[in-house]
Order: sequence, then C-alpha cells, then structure tokens
Amino acid sequence: MVANASMGSVRAGRSNRADVACAHCGLRVPPGLVDEHEAAQYCCHGCETAAVLIRQCGLEKYYAIRDQAASGTAVSPAGGTSKRYSEFDDPTFQSLYVRDAGDGLRRVELLLEGVHCSACVWLVEKLPALADGVIESRLDLGRGLLMVVWDPARVTLSRAARTLDSLGYPPHPARESSARQVRRQADRKALARLGVAGACAGNVMLLGLALYAGLFDVMEPEYRQLFRWLSMGISVVSLVWPGSVFFRGALASLRARTLNLDLPIAMGLGIGAVWGVVNTIRGTGEIYFDSLSVLVFALLVGRFIQQRQQRSTTDAVELMFSMTPASARVVDGEDVREVPTQAVEVGQVVEVRAGDSVPVDGVVVRGSSSVDQSLLTGESIPVRMGVGDRVTAGAVNVSSVLRVRVDATGESTRVAALMRLVREGSLRRAPIVQAADRLAGTFVIVMLALAGVTVAAWWRVSPSVAIDHAAALLIVTCPCGLGLATPLAMTVALGRAARGGILIKSSAALERLAQPGTIFLDKTGTLTQGRLGLIRWLGDEGTLSLAAALERCSSHPIARAFQKAGATDEGEPFDVRESLETTGRGIRGVVNGEQVVVGSPEFVRRSLPRALRTNECSAWEKALTAEGLTPVFVSVAGRVVAAGGFGDPIREESRATVSRLAEMGWRVGVLSGDHQEIATRVGSQVGIAEDSVRGGLSPEQKLEAVHEELRRGPVVMVGDGVNDAAALAAASVGIAVHGGAEASLAAADVYLGRPDFGQIAMVLDAARKTMFVIHRNLAVSLAYNVLAAALCVTGYINPLLAAVLMPASSLTVVSLSFRTRAFEKRQPGPRSSGGEPCQ
Amino acid sequence: MSVIYIVLPLAILLAGGFVLGFLWAVRRGQFDDLRTPPVRALFDDDEERKPQQ
Repeated sequence: MVANASMGSVRAGRSNRADVACAHCGLRVPPGLVDEHEAAQYCCHGCETAAVLIRQCGLEKYYAIRDQAASGTAVSPAGGTSKRYSEFDDPTFQSLYVRDAGDGLRRVELLLEGVHCSACVWLVEKLPALADGVIESRLDLGRGLLMVVWDPARVTLSRAARTLDSLGYPPHPARESSARQVRRQADRKALARLGVAGACAGNVMLLGLALYAGLFDVMEPEYRQLFRWLSMGISVVSLVWPGSVFFRGALASLRARTLNLDLPIAMGLGIGAVWGVVNTIRGTGEIYFDSLSVLVFALLVGRFIQQRQQRSTTDAVELMFSMTPASARVVDGEDVREVPTQAVEVGQVVEVRAGDSVPVDGVVVRGSSSVDQSLLTGESIPVRMGVGDRVTAGAVNVSSVLRVRVDATGESTRVAALMRLVREGSLRRAPIVQAADRLAGTFVIVMLALAGVTVAAWWRVSPSVAIDHAAALLIVTCPCGLGLATPLAMTVALGRAARGGILIKSSAALERLAQPGTIFLDKTGTLTQGRLGLIRWLGDEGTLSLAAALERCSSHPIARAFQKAGATDEGEPFDVRESLETTGRGIRGVVNGEQVVVGSPEFVRRSLPRALRTNECSAWEKALTAEGLTPVFVSVAGRVVAAGGFGDPIREESRATVSRLAEMGWRVGVLSGDHQEIATRVGSQVGIAEDSVRGGLSPEQKLEAVHEELRRGPVVMVGDGVNDAAALAAASVGIAVHGGAEASLAAADVYLGRPDFGQIAMVLDAARKTMFVIHRNLAVSLAYNVLAAALCVTGYINPLLAAVLMPASSLTVVSLSFRTRAFEKRQPGPRSSGGEPCQ
Repeated sequence: MSVIYIVLPLAILLAGGFVLGFLWAVRRGQFDDLRTPPVRALFDDDEERKPQQ
C-alpha cells in the first residue's frame, strides 16, 4: 500500500545504492542521504564535516594510514557533538586546567574520546596545520591524553577544541592533573629503581661467576678478595637504593602491626647484607651478595608488573570519568554563555539543550521535555518534565530545550551526595589481606625458630660456623617465590581480562570472587539492554520502515528505537517532507506523498479528524500495556495500520548466564529501582525465582539490602548506574556493566567493557582458576623453602647451591603463573562456549 | 700489578655510565608512553619524502 508511483524520482539513484559506503567512516550510507551529484558520500553530517576539514588542509593521507593500520578495530562515524566549547576560554577553566608554557604560550592536557589507532595519532598531531596558532599537539595513545601548546594571541582554545570535535575526537579537560603528575613521578621512580637493581644484579652475578669458578679451581686470595669487595660495593648500592623499598615496607608493617611479606624479605636482606659485609672484611666465610642483589631485582620486577597493571586500569577509568559535563550554559539576560560547571552559582538560570546532561540540581522554569533520569533512578523510560518540576544533575535532557533555575551545584547535588555514600562505602570495606601476606607472620616466626635451632645445633662445632649457617638459612628462605606468587598470577589474569575488555581494579576483588556467595543483579542495563527497543509489532509489517523513515527526523528515544528496528530492513528510499514533532507525543509528516502519523495512541487518534476507533486498535493498546510495554501507533493516510510495543529488551545472554551462575553455586537475586511488577516479570523471563526479585528500591534501600545480605556472607552486586553506586561500593565486590554511569565505574571493582552480560560468568570462573594458580604457586615456593631450610640446618648449603635454588623457585612460579587458563576465550569443560564463533 | 686492577674498574665505570644514561632517559620521561612514539616515527619519514617527489 505504501509503494506507489510517486516514488519514481527518488528511485533514480537506486542501482548502486547498496554499495555506497561513507567516504569517511566506511559505513553504509542511508539511502535517503545518497546524493548522486557528489563524488564522495557521507553517512552523517559529522563524517562530512570531518572529511571536508581533512581534505581542505591537505591531510588526505589520513585515510591511507588508517587503511594500513586497520586491524579489525571498528571505525565509528565522526560523531561531532557540535558543542561550542566556549567554556574552554573562561578564566575559571583556564585557571583550573591551563598552565603557562613560556614565551606567552599556554599548555593544556585534554582527554580525547575515540582515539584508537595510529591514524588517529597522525591526524590529531596535525592539529597545528588545522588550527592556526596551535604550536604543538602530542598524543599519548594509550591514555587518550593530548597535550596542546597554543598561542593565545592567535587562536582560542575553544577553536582548537571545536576542530578536534569536528574530526570526531571530542575533547574533555583532564581533571586531577596534579594527581596524575604524582603518579607519573612514582612510575618513573619505580622504573629507575628497577633499572638500577637489574644492573647491580647483573654485575654482581658476573663477579659471582668468577668466584664460583674459583671454588673448583685455584684462585689467588688477592683476586678473591678484590672480587668480594667489588661484589659488596655493588650490592650495597642495590640494597641501599632500590632495596630500600623493602626495608621501608617492613618498618611500616611493624608500625601498623600488620605483618606483610616485606618483613621476612627485609630480614633476609638485612641479615644477609650484614653477615656478608662482616665476612668480606674478615676475608673469610661465605658472602651471599649475588643472591641478595638478584633477590632485590626479582622482587622489584614482580612489584613493577603489578603496579603497571593497576595504572592501566586507573587510566581507563579516568577517561570515562572525564566525560561528565564540564560546562553549563548560563542564561544571562538575553545572552547564553557557556561556563565551567564549577563557576555556576545557586539562583542562576541555566539552559539545557536536547541531548545534553543537566549540570546542576534545580527547578524547570521554562520549556518542557522528556528527561532520562536512569542515572539516578534506574528507570529506563524518560519522564516528562515541565515548569516547576525538579531535575537533578546527571539526568539527560532528551527532546527539547529546558531552562533550569539552579538550586544546588557541585558537591551539594544529589548525585554528589550519592557519590559520598560511595566513597564511604569503599572506605568501610575491610581491606583484604593477600594470601601471601597472611603467611608472612607464620613465616617470620618459623624462620627465626629454625635459625635459632641452627645456631644451637652448630654452636658446639664452632660459633662462626653456627652463625654462618643461620645467616644462610635466613637468606635462602627469603620468600622470593612467595612474593612473586600472588602478583604474577593476578597480573596475568588481570592482563588477560583487560584484553577481553574487562577492567578489574584490584586483585583483591578477584580473590573475593573465587568463593560463591550471593549475587545481586540490577535490572535496567544489566539483565536488560538499558534502552528502549521495539519488542512487539502488531499490524502491517511493511509500515515499520515507513515509520522509521519518519522517525529519522527526531532524537526521541522511541525514534531511535524505531530507526534501529527499521534499519534492519533493506528499506525503500523514502521521501520525507513536512515532518513536525510534538514533544513527547509523536511526529507527523508526509512520507512518499502520504500523510503518516506516529506517536502515542492518544496523539494518533487526535490527529485523525475522522478517527476510526476500531476495536482492533483498543485491543492492541490493551495487549501492549498488559505486557508492560509503551504502545506507539502508526497511521497512514488517516487509518491506524500498526502498533508497536516499546520497552527495555532483555539481553539475549541473560537467561543462560543466570542459570550458569546458579550452577556455579551462586544465589542469584535482583535489586531494581523499577516497579516490582516489571522487575518480577523480567526476573521470571530470565529464570530468577519471584521471591528473590525486589523492585521499587531507592538507592538507599539497595544499599540497605546489600548490607543486610553481607551479614550472611560475601555479596556481589552487579549494576550500571548511580542508583547502584552506593550498593556497588558496599558489596564485597561491585561489578559495573557496559554503558553504565561514571559513578558506577568509580564505585565498582570490576568493569565489564563489552555489552555482554555473559562476561560475568567468565569473570567468576576466571577468579576461581586464578586462585587455584596462586595456591599452587604458594605451595611450590613453600616446598622450595622447606628444602632449602633443611639443607641449611643440616649444613649442606653453600653459596653456589643457594644461587641455584633461589632463582629456580622463582622461575617455577613464573612459568606456572603464565600457564594459567583464566580468561581464556575457549573454556574447557562440558559447558564450553568454544563451539560458538569468536566475536 | 695485574691488568685486572685496570680492566675491572673500567668495566664497572662503563656499566655505571649505562645506568646513568638509563636514569637520564627515565627522568626525561622517555618511558612514560610506550605506545605512541613507535607509531609516530613512521609518519614523519613519509612526510619528509613527499615534498621531494
């Protein structure tokens, strides 16, 4: 009924339609946007802007580099946000983020969205060519951090920011730059220590080799002494500079009265060093300098790897954190100025455009719109807001401009209050003591006891021999393998997880996930996709693409859901004219010459002067409402032809994952901010019993539920929004899912970076495997230590044997750690997902 | 007096020189970012060749 003769003109360019790829991002160009008169076609306005800019400045080479670099990374359309960035020029902003670079130049650090390959580096670093007055632009690809130096006399920062934005890399000010500076310094220091320790260890080992050779051959005492003195000199450097970390750690642990592994390490190092120095000066007896300096190096390597892993996680979280709105549009008489959010004062009026986040708490004074408050409430469907309604910071204005009188900003907003709860929650949580540290106390006592036994047993033979053996005992049993056992296995697991898009912030979290307990799931965005989607379509199938074409003119969530559902059709090219949207109700327009209306049942009925309120329509509406869906009617040429039911679709993998969790021994429950009824329905669809589904909870109630359950055992909370943030922080382990709010990222211990709920089962499984590896490592290194101790007590030890035994234990631990199966794509076992194609 | 009294200090001095070089590089921040520079080096080469053609 839709296809008719009036489409002839639009069909002219149809022959090669399917092949048209966007000249910028390579995605398929929607048929409606194909313009035969142009050589290059673009899928959206953002791509066109970016491509024109690139070509104007003679930077076409970007495409060549990108094609070379393309390694399967999905190229996304250049989604320029068309923000003005005028807050970047505001004095408050400048005093916060901008520093002086000398010669009248200024410097700022920006975090960029969307940088992912070498071509991005090339393009972004060509910023001086794109914006005259930018002197230097250097990108750190790993962190997405861009350093810009510019001449304020020739160009404004906002202009540079707009250029970056139109290239498809929206910039955000890099907050907490001083914290980052401190971290950078700490990283450099750790690396310097590692280098020095390595050089010392290598050189002492060379000298040691000569000395060991001398054991079997004759070595003149003169040279022997020289080599021993040199070994001592180099080892002292290694112990005093890089090795000081362990002594300081041991002191701190003594002061805090919590034993950790630093204590036995420092003891071994200290006693070994003192005895070595005494023996060197005496010119007789064993020196263990080669073992000691290798020990320092190996332990530092373990620590360095661990630290690096944690850093990369922090960086990733930081980028997402910086994406909260940094600016607000303040209404000042007739003017609207963009200023940093920090500069907004209570009582001012701010303007919030469609698609922007609300920067403050306040009351709407002008305009009406749909507002998405899922960040705070977890409610997935936008709420209608008009004059007098309260909006909160972090909510997203969906459909049209609002003016809001500011009631609270910054720290006093409701979101900030929740964030405080989050911080308190994470502070209250008792720090887990790592497996190796738990052993440390016993270890120290056993070592000292054994040393005492050794001295007592050998004292009658000779006091000097007795002390020699005791010192050897303390050095050889120094827990090197033990120190490496946990960090290495953890690092391997966390590294593999990160490659799979799962960020795990602390190894302690992984440890806590290994034992099954209770797992609470949020509904919106966790079990479901967290956004509106078309779930049911009643009536004429063909009209779906027609409605989708009309909805392309709107940015309402329903419209987006329509576009998504309609796009799967290889749709006819549609000619849309005179489209008119009524905010929050519907949209009308002329599509291919026919009057089409899409909107709420009420809106569609009213739009038809001779409305045919057929029974069918009422039946449709009833059926959809009964399912908990939002009904949307479509009328063509004055007749209602179809109805769509919109809701939050359940993720495909939810059901399988829930049953897998139950199988692993977890008790699965749901905590939702949505109505009890909806939560129960979703629960039953994924196979969760009704009595473990709790709906209608406020963030505070969720927190309470978690606390309550914590009394019974470990609780894992899975969620995505600010409304779960406090609960995420309070739980033993919080898991934030893809697409969640920044707050949940800050609160959670684990972040799932892909829209795949099934990753949860993978994380839990990997946690179990990793803990197994750690326990095996600990057992192996303890076995080595028992062997070494036995040799020492019986007097069979010599420096050569020690030099062989110590690295052997570490090497075993290292190779066992890297053989861990955690986070491997193909998981063994009957529940294998190996048969499925890799994504 | 054996030659070893000269060679050994020399060797240690040499090693010390390398350690100092490494420390200098670390302080200059040359190890801060290990992902971008290798990528960057490739572009600059191409860029200079282009105008000559």
